[in-house]
Amino acid sequence: MVHLSAIPQDDSVDDQLVKAVKKVHLQLSNDEDNFTTSVYGSRFAAADLPRHEMPECEMPKEVAYRMIKDELSMDNNPMLNLASFVTTYMEEEAEKLMAESFSKNFIDYEEYPQSADIQNRCVSMIARLFHAPIPENGESAGAIGTSCVGSSEAIMLAVLAMKKRWKNQRIAAGKSTDRPNIVMSAAVQVCWEKAARYFEIEEKLVYCTEERYVIDPEETVNLVDENTIGICTILGTTYTGEYEDIKAVNDLLVKKGLDTPIHVDAASGGFVAPFVVPSLEWDFRLERVISINVSGHKYGLVYPGVGWVVWRGAEYLPKELVFNINYLGADQASFTLNFSKGASQVIGQYYQLIRLGKHGYRAIMSNLTRTADYLSDSLEALGFVIMSKKSGEGLPLVAFRLAPTESGEERNYDEFALAHQLRVRGWVVPAYTMAPNTKNLKMLRVVVREDFTRNRCDGLITDIKSCQALLNDMDRESIKKQQEFIHKYHTASGKASHNHPKYRKEKHSLQGKTGKTHAAC
Amino acid sequence: MFSQQSDTNAEQIDPDEIVNHFQGLDVSDGKGDNHLTPYSTPYSSRRPIPKFEIPKDGTPGETAYAMIKDELDLDGRPNLNLASFVDTYLEENAQKLMVENLSKNLADNDEYPAMLSMSERCVSILANLWSVQKGEKAIGTATTGSSEAIHLGGLAMKRRWQEHRRAAGKDTLSPNIVMGSNAQVALLKFARYFECEARVLPVSAKSKFRLDPELVKESIDENTIGVFVILGSTYTGHYEPVEEISRILDEYQERTGVDIPIHVDAASGGFVAPFTYAGAGGPKWNFQLPRVKSINASGHKYGLVTPGVGWIIWRDASYLPSHLIFELHYLGGTEQSFTLNFSRPGAQVIVQYYNLIHLGFAGYQEIMENCLSNARLLSKSLEATGWYVCLSDIHRPAPLSAAKQVVEGVAGKVREVVTSTAGSIRGQRDNEDQKDAQPSSETSAAYIAGLPVVSFKFTDEFKREYPHIKQETVSLLLRARQWIIPNYALPPNEEKTEILRVVIRESMSIDLLDRLVNDIVQVTETLMQNDEVDLSVLQKQQHRRRPVRKGGKEKHDKSLQLREGVKRMADGIHRSVC
Repeated sequence: MVHLSAIPQDDSVDDQLVKAVKKVHLQLSNDEDNFTTSVYGSRFAAADLPRHEMPECEMPKEVAYRMIKDELSMDNNPMLNLASFVTTYMEEEAEKLMAESFSKNFIDYEEYPQSADIQNRCVSMIARLFHAPIPENGESAGAIGTSCVGSSEAIMLAVLAMKKRWKNQRIAAGKSTDRPNIVMSAAVQVCWEKAARYFEIEEKLVYCTEERYVIDPEETVNLVDENTIGICTILGTTYTGEYEDIKAVNDLLVKKGLDTPIHVDAASGGFVAPFVVPSLEWDFRLERVISINVSGHKYGLVYPGVGWVVWRGAEYLPKELVFNINYLGADQASFTLNFSKGASQVIGQYYQLIRLGKHGYRAIMSNLTRTADYLSDSLEALGFVIMSKKSGEGLPLVAFRLAPTESGEERNYDEFALAHQLRVRGWVVPAYTMAPNTKNLKMLRVVVREDFTRNRCDGLITDIKSCQALLNDMDRESIKKQQEFIHKYHTASGKASHNHPKYRKEKHSLQGKTGKTHAAC
Repeated sequence: MFSQQSDTNAEQIDPDEIVNHFQGLDVSDGKGDNHLTPYSTPYSSRRPIPKFEIPKDGTPGETAYAMIKDELDLDGRPNLNLASFVDTYLEENAQKLMVENLSKNLADNDEYPAMLSMSERCVSILANLWSVQKGEKAIGTATTGSSEAIHLGGLAMKRRWQEHRRAAGKDTLSPNIVMGSNAQVALLKFARYFECEARVLPVSAKSKFRLDPELVKESIDENTIGVFVILGSTYTGHYEPVEEISRILDEYQERTGVDIPIHVDAASGGFVAPFTYAGAGGPKWNFQLPRVKSINASGHKYGLVTPGVGWIIWRDASYLPSHLIFELHYLGGTEQSFTLNFSRPGAQVIVQYYNLIHLGFAGYQEIMENCLSNARLLSKSLEATGWYVCLSDIHRPAPLSAAKQVVEGVAGKVREVVTSTAGSIRGQRDNEDQKDAQPSSETSAAYIAGLPVVSFKFTDEFKREYPHIKQETVSLLLRARQWIIPNYALPPNEEKTEILRVVIRESMSIDLLDRLVNDIVQVTETLMQNDEVDLSVLQKQQHRRRPVRKGGKEKHDKSLQLREGVKRMADGIHRSVC
């Protein structure tokens, strides 16, 4: 049936119109604000954008949009950023799905039940990918997990769970709970240090050496004592991308009869290893591994804002950490540090998982591994020392440093100089100082992401070659001057004025103490 | 009897089983997959969309897109969700900015310097908006939401307290933090995760369901790391009396020498109070009070950005212990970081800046005044029915101008609708003298300050006359008309009182409001016309709405494992989603 609608009579239509017109005539204004040509003809284009105080009056939306867009063009080209693992390419369909979900609040399960269901599916898929124990019908204990904003949140949650579990066990045994500690590699990402600091846990570090950039299983297990809440192992360190020998740590623990839990920080490796080296045992196949985190926005191939953490079973997630939120009659268990957040990224993750399938992920990761191998070989031929592993034994990244000169003389330039020189060409290739106890070993790192094709790889090699040739020709003094200039004017952080002087040169972190660089991830 | 029987019958039917059974009958081999359109692929009918394991092979982008998009249609309509403060409307230009910057990582400052500079400007603008004092160097950061901001604010207070105690040679074993029981769950989480004793003070009708200053006096001691004061209780929208609490803490310091800081959780109010004529109702709430050391607000609530951005600002860097800050070296440059999240989207920050400069003070003011005016209209209309009474106070004249009762013209109109549809039990109220309404040029200044929130419940007379009508049934029936209006119990101590709560957001126009009032009235009338036996069916449905599915494959849903059956709404602690 079609709705009937009354047609307004002529005079009533006219009536309103005339009234309205009269009003408009009476209120005609001649504001100087009106822009008639284009956005750039308005007075806003001739003035600076408000920086410190809210403007008193409105700005037309086209002008505000254009001004902000223009300003954002000063950001760098994400495609040339080889420093970050974070995804910069997604298919158009995925972008569309995400844009349509901007206004969905992920935490609002009752309003957006389907988005919540999609998260559960992702958790299930990822847990199975990591060989989480799947209980038989009727049993209640199975793996559980949740989505996060990123691996940092995931790690904080995992550390909290380990700490609480340890505390509960200690209290049950009538022992003191004053001095919890956690065993981890000195090459950890900064959020591990944060987690330890913020939750007041002592850090027990396993140092790297000049030859070994990952933890030594023996040394790691020897650090364990009754106050150890857990061991952190990394599947793919951010420096060299090497996988730590998690199986060896696990086997040693089993041999010694220790029930210390292991958390695997698979932020980058969690979506690489299962596809490239499926036989590598690093996940829930190892009995001491109780929780794993992975970043969806790294090799999970989603734009920033999604990470995942999975526990082997509910008994590893103490109840008192989980808050039940009663909303419209349905209790929702929540274990997060953030509350309201967008649902787009979780939906994007589900899109990628079903769109690509194992086959698709394997194809992409295989290509990345091939590109990384090609880049390693080329750089080796150019005379660099390759520090990362090849052929899928680590993440698809290339870590390299300058080889000592044949004559044994010191070079006029170091890795940082080369990084600065590449910056001028538009490439962001970061230089780092390695983890402590590696004699301030410096290195450069190229992360091979989905959009880093063989063609672009060739472009990078050409530029490295020419930059090196240029630096070889220059004397020490002019290199120094040029470095200072580039650092000051070409890098954003060199120009930054926002950092508060109070917090400069902090001395409490590994970076402050040892000069290790917190690598970007 | 009848209803019971039908209930057990329904229990025996497992929809999953039926679907599985019939899918099992399908004999097609899945070959010759046709990918002409999404609906001609096997996913359209023969094969279920993968739910538990990554499929072996992928599927074309168009198909995956269509399947997910169709499925998301089952989500609610953001605009009709009146339960949430979270913004759901974006201007087209803002939407464009979001899409263009979707891939930008807020943590990657060296790669995206322009975005970083916008984030700084937002912090600066907000600090000024909250009256940061001259001579102090305010410092702040963008967060994913107010939860992260509260964790950071609390952590800074805890660490400062520890430093003071250690310097004085005292123990740091039992820190505690004070808040009202109307606090959002994030505040309790902070206490639990960062190991502070949460001193949760009960609220009462006397304290207007918010933090009771009298109780604060009794609960502070030398181990109190700070007081969380909430600007805009999520239950009733009342602002907590920051200035009064500050004065109590001043007196305490004079007496004992113990200096207790205040963190203002202005998640919702931080973008409302500064703009409205009513302000925070007279007294100070922001950095004008020396005791307020930090303030947080959600950009994704009345900051008018879609979810994913919050802000926290400390009045001076000295209130943020340097031990908590990590410096990140990157390409020779340095970045200071105090966050719980690292990599995360930055598009929301860009839209926040867009809103701030596009709307300006005048634009925000207009929107907030509109929200408040609509909230008043709804409150008055509901009270005019005689069935409902509001616990929120924003429609009640402020004490100073109490003499003048102003009623908007539109309110009168809506009331006419109400009066004509419902005729039975109202009468006590004399509507006639309010009818000569004035044109709506009034502002919120004439009314009690608060968030644009309407919390209402049945009047006592209504309950006496219809004792069998449950308030949650109203919520349930409105849901059938697509409105989401939750029915909560008030915080502990007052949990016997249940409230229905409507949050008026910018997108709740007067036209929609008109429909809403009509629907509430109709639903209530329907309930009044039915007797107890009819309504008992609805009660049952309520419990069965989200059945706990049995079977192996659902085991990964943690909420299923951790909750012990679906509870009745009146049970347990209620934490409203915000």
